[in-house]
Amino acid sequence: MTTALAIKGLTKVYNNGFAALKGIDLTVGQGDFFALLGPNGAGKSTTIGIICSLVRKSGGTVSVFGYDIDVDFPGAKRQLGVVPQEFNFHQFEKVIDIVTNQAGYYGLPRRLGLERAEKYLRQLGLWDKRNNAARMLSGGMKRRLMIARALVHEPRLLILDEPTAGVDIELRRSMWEFLREINQQGTTIILTTHYLEEAESLCRNIAIIDHGEIIENTSMKALLKTLHKEHFILDTREEVPAGLDLSPFDGHIIDPHSIQVEIEKGESLNELFSWLSGQGVTVTSMRNKANRLEELFVTLLAEKGTSPAAVAARAAGGQA
Amino acid sequence: MNSWQAEWNAYYTLVRREVRRFIRIWLQTLLPPAITMTLYFVIFGRLIGSRIGEMGGYTYIQFVVPGLIMMAVVTNSFANVVSSFFGAKFQRFIEEIQVSPVSNHTILLGFVTGGVIRGLLVGAIVTVVALFFTDLPMHNPLVTLSILVLTALLFSLGGFINAVFANNFDDISIVPTFVLAPLTYLGGVFYSIDLLSEFWAGVSKLNPMLYIVNAFRYGILGHSDVDVGVAFVMVGLFTVAAYAYSMYLLITGKRLRQ
Repeated sequence: MTTALAIKGLTKVYNNGFAALKGIDLTVGQGDFFALLGPNGAGKSTTIGIICSLVRKSGGTVSVFGYDIDVDFPGAKRQLGVVPQEFNFHQFEKVIDIVTNQAGYYGLPRRLGLERAEKYLRQLGLWDKRNNAARMLSGGMKRRLMIARALVHEPRLLILDEPTAGVDIELRRSMWEFLREINQQGTTIILTTHYLEEAESLCRNIAIIDHGEIIENTSMKALLKTLHKEHFILDTREEVPAGLDLSPFDGHIIDPHSIQVEIEKGESLNELFSWLSGQGVTVTSMRNKANRLEELFVTLLAEKGTSPAAVAARAAGGQA
Repeated sequence: MNSWQAEWNAYYTLVRREVRRFIRIWLQTLLPPAITMTLYFVIFGRLIGSRIGEMGGYTYIQFVVPGLIMMAVVTNSFANVVSSFFGAKFQRFIEEIQVSPVSNHTILLGFVTGGVIRGLLVGAIVTVVALFFTDLPMHNPLVTLSILVLTALLFSLGGFINAVFANNFDDISIVPTFVLAPLTYLGGVFYSIDLLSEFWAGVSKLNPMLYIVNAFRYGILGHSDVDVGVAFVMVGLFTVAAYAYSMYLLITGKRLRQ
């Protein structure tokens, strides 16, 4: 399989002595939909910054589709499209100009740039806004504008640094569909996100970075298989009898109408429901306590020394 | 598409964006120099100039017009690049260019060409305004045009360097206020250094603006207080040095990349 991105021994030490990356190795295959996860300050954005030349590396090598950034950075950049975390376009420029200019910077003739701009602005639902100044767009529209801009030169590798941050659920899901589509058409995608549900839903492979080191790098399936237990929250019709002993199921009462249980992976739930029924408790609904990946993420980081309380607090807020 | 064609397309895009930027805000970029220079022409040309009499064999207004045109070119070339590039840095849309494969030469030339075009356009506007007040002979069009372009190029590069080092909007007004304005006003725009004592005439010759203004004045009027050849060599050397330093800043990424 062709390698889209190969990173070897990548290090970054900032002028103040802070080591943001401590020799990471990472390989992303062509056509992959890859998640790069980690808590804030773990080194995700630094890694992306180095790949796309916004940050100078201290050591190691990076190559994009075989183009070593130390040997042929323009060649590597031609393969790349980047959607950064923060809005970085001219707020007073028209939407169409932002996308068309980006095509020009990549060497595309203006006519082709205009054609591509129309194609991607239409696909991302921004064509009607093409003559608006970028600052007039909503947050979600600005995110989509950055995606259109990153795609205008039709890169082979698209890097998205938290592309759906601050985007409402409906729009987020439509963006997921769009990203799935372009991935199916052959674009390799690397995604960093705070929404672990997003990574679980979209990505086939995953790396978790913490304190500048890759602590896990595997397929999403393999990672989720390591999850041995799942936590469920059950809502009950009647009040749960006070003093109900849930220890056989490693559970406890959260409030008078809900209980939490921990179930071994593969274990049947029938026994639990029968037992509850026998206790006069009727379950009306059931849900996962947290996203499965989120649980793994918190566990992994805790194992590696990142404060579990801090990680759990972020996870509880839907962030990692 | 070969790399030259790609670089040309990138260059065209940068220049087009730069020109559209200053034209879009023409009330801030093109109109003020026309008004300011009209006031200079009225005050120094008509009101005070008529009492001063001739200077260097020309009416006073004819004498000051080349310097005033050059002053407008210098300040506008500088201002265009410093504000545009610093704005791009400040709002971070410089990253659009940094992540693209466009070469550093093309980036620099794109921004600098924008500055040169604005400088020349403002110079043309001021010249047209000046023609309402006096006749301007054209002694040597080649000297006039070449010193004009070279000066616009030099100060556009100066604006670029200033923008790279600027941390906030105050920093982009320090050089125009504390360096360019004094050098220009003391650079023989309003007087001939023949009027100064030997000592102050010698001090004036350390001011590069004196050479620029006089070379341009020579091109239009055929009168100069200094050797025009020296002026070209000096501006040429400064331009090469400024270009080389700008490229160094871009290549090393100093103050542009983390």
